Amino acid sequence: MKIHEYQAKEIFRKYNIPTTQEKVAFSLVDAKKIMQELTYPVVIKAQVLVGGRGKAGGVKLVKNEAELQSAINSILGMNIKGFIVKKVLIAQAITIDQEYYLGITIDREKQCPVLITSASGGMDIEQVAQTTPEKILSVAISPLLGLKSFQARNLGYQLFSDHSQVNNFVNIAMVLSRIFFELDCSLVEINPLVLSDNKLIAVDAKIIFDDNALFRHPNLTQLRDLDSEEPSEIQAKNADLSYVKLSGNVGCIVNGAGLAMATMDLIKRYGSEPANFLDIGGSSSPEKMREAMKIITQDQNVKAIFVNIFGGITRCDDVAQGLLWALKEENINLPIVARLVGTNQDQARAMLSNSVVIFAETMTEGVKKIMKILKG
Amino acid sequence: MAILINEDTKLIIQGITGRDGSFHAQQMLEYGTKVVGGVTPGKGGSDVSGIPVFNTVRQAKQATQANTSIIFVPAQFAPDAIYEAIDAELDLIVCVTEGIPTLEMLKIVNYLKDKKTRLVGPNSAGIISPGICKVGILPAMAFSKGKVGIVSRSGTLTYEIASHITKAGYGESTVVGIGGDPIIGTNFIDCLDMFESDPQTEAIVIIGEIGGTDEEKAADYISKKVTKPVLGFIAGQTAPPDKRMGHAGAIIAGGKGTAQDKIQAFEKVGISIIYEPEEVSEILAKFLKK
Repeated sequence: MKIHEYQAKEIFRKYNIPTTQEKVAFSLVDAKKIMQELTYPVVIKAQVLVGGRGKAGGVKLVKNEAELQSAINSILGMNIKGFIVKKVLIAQAITIDQEYYLGITIDREKQCPVLITSASGGMDIEQVAQTTPEKILSVAISPLLGLKSFQARNLGYQLFSDHSQVNNFVNIAMVLSRIFFELDCSLVEINPLVLSDNKLIAVDAKIIFDDNALFRHPNLTQLRDLDSEEPSEIQAKNADLSYVKLSGNVGCIVNGAGLAMATMDLIKRYGSEPANFLDIGGSSSPEKMREAMKIITQDQNVKAIFVNIFGGITRCDDVAQGLLWALKEENINLPIVARLVGTNQDQARAMLSNSVVIFAETMTEGVKKIMKILKG
Repeated sequence: MAILINEDTKLIIQGITGRDGSFHAQQMLEYGTKVVGGVTPGKGGSDVSGIPVFNTVRQAKQATQANTSIIFVPAQFAPDAIYEAIDAELDLIVCVTEGIPTLEMLKIVNYLKDKKTRLVGPNSAGIISPGICKVGILPAMAFSKGKVGIVSRSGTLTYEIASHITKAGYGESTVVGIGGDPIIGTNFIDCLDMFESDPQTEAIVIIGEIGGTDEEKAADYISKKVTKPVLGFIAGQTAPPDKRMGHAGAIIAGGKGTAQDKIQAFEKVGISIIYEPEEVSEILAKFLKK
């Protein structure tokens, strides 16, 4: 689960990591009110859950009220990679002597968290790692012990010559590690961490929480910004379905994540594009299948539906039942090709024999039938 | 021969009294697996389909000489169940549970480093050595005893591909679901190594997907250590970046972990790429007699 910069900074301040002075505004009225507490120049930053807002014009330095007004008007409502900006952060501008990167993420290969830092802050760290890997410093963190001060010191002395700056760096790194472990993060990042008048200040912040651990942090789930998520994906999540909306025209309903991806790939291989990823999960229920049909058919791009089920724990008759309910309750005029094999496949076929559903024996045959229908 | 599980496997089921645990206890028993016990704290002394239930793994092991455990415990309690099985010094733990916090898994895999126990999973469909033993939730009808070893991060996609191998008459030696999570106990290389030294296995199918770099590492290992023919399938060529595709581990992050990278890594070391599940039998025909 991603959260906004302003939310991440609130967490930072709670843990005593220094940040810029700042407040969130939803309107120009808010912004003017906030300016009674801050002094120009300030930086206006779009709060969206996607990177690259700077390049998109979502970050502006303003020096007076006229500039504030035009910045707020241009940024609020701006579309950044499909996300509409609904709030901005107004942050006190500070002098920048040097920009650093500091973050903790999980290294899947090494099977441990890793602390990463660099004197090339303020840039896309993945790009820095690719073009100038020598500028990246990192150290593996034991998941059992957590980050040790000496590890942070070792890195600190490679970045700073001043002892007090090293100490500041170590303190921030240690706190970042505490946040990472205490809140079950998959990423905590300060980029840039700015050296300003001999102080280190978090100017930007990013936190991603491990979805699988949210059950033990009930207070964090209220930070979720439902406005920033695809409504159909929220609807799917509530129905316990795994769904990702894509831009193609073939809707697919599959059991199992791997098979769902393979089905999407096959649709592409035969010349069309999948409209979505949808996994109805291991243990099937007719209700979930009905909900899946509803979600898929809401997508106006969908021109045909492919149901691909390899029954094991998932029973084909459950899937057929859900399909029948959906056909009866919703006004569905789309061609549907179903490939149902495994547990109770014969019952499923009998149930669907008087419906509009077209059968296929294999997934390749199913996709071919879809293509034929789409071509007319 | 087969790998990981065989006729000597004596299985206990942690979480046997739950919905999934009791259902699959029955299924595995019917398949011929020696299911010797189950563990649910507080339910010791009862039984599930005639299988005795114990309060602790240690008690179960002492009474039954179990050497393997399968875990169906909910995510919240699964880490404790894994530690309990490690503490009882079982040889093999298969964890089916999905949704264990990543930090818990990081601790577990690090804790396991100097232990004798092997963990398969979590978020694993389990293991089957067809005709001999099944420790998992895989549907028996997709498999038959034979000569192809399969190692996979998926469930149903594995059944799909295996069913074509079964239909073509090659059959499988052992099929291992290593799990769809980002942090898992047993990886592709561990299984490749076992398949390479297993006389029953004549060819290997590796089923990967987007996320992480395990497929790339496996490709490197295959080029150096594996002499048997290897076929590879990668799911997720149409997956968008930064979106989790069902499995916790299936995500292209920071431009890394794409299907294209993995297919390239496979091609570079001469692994035969399976582009459509049903192609697997044609490709196997180049290497194997029925």
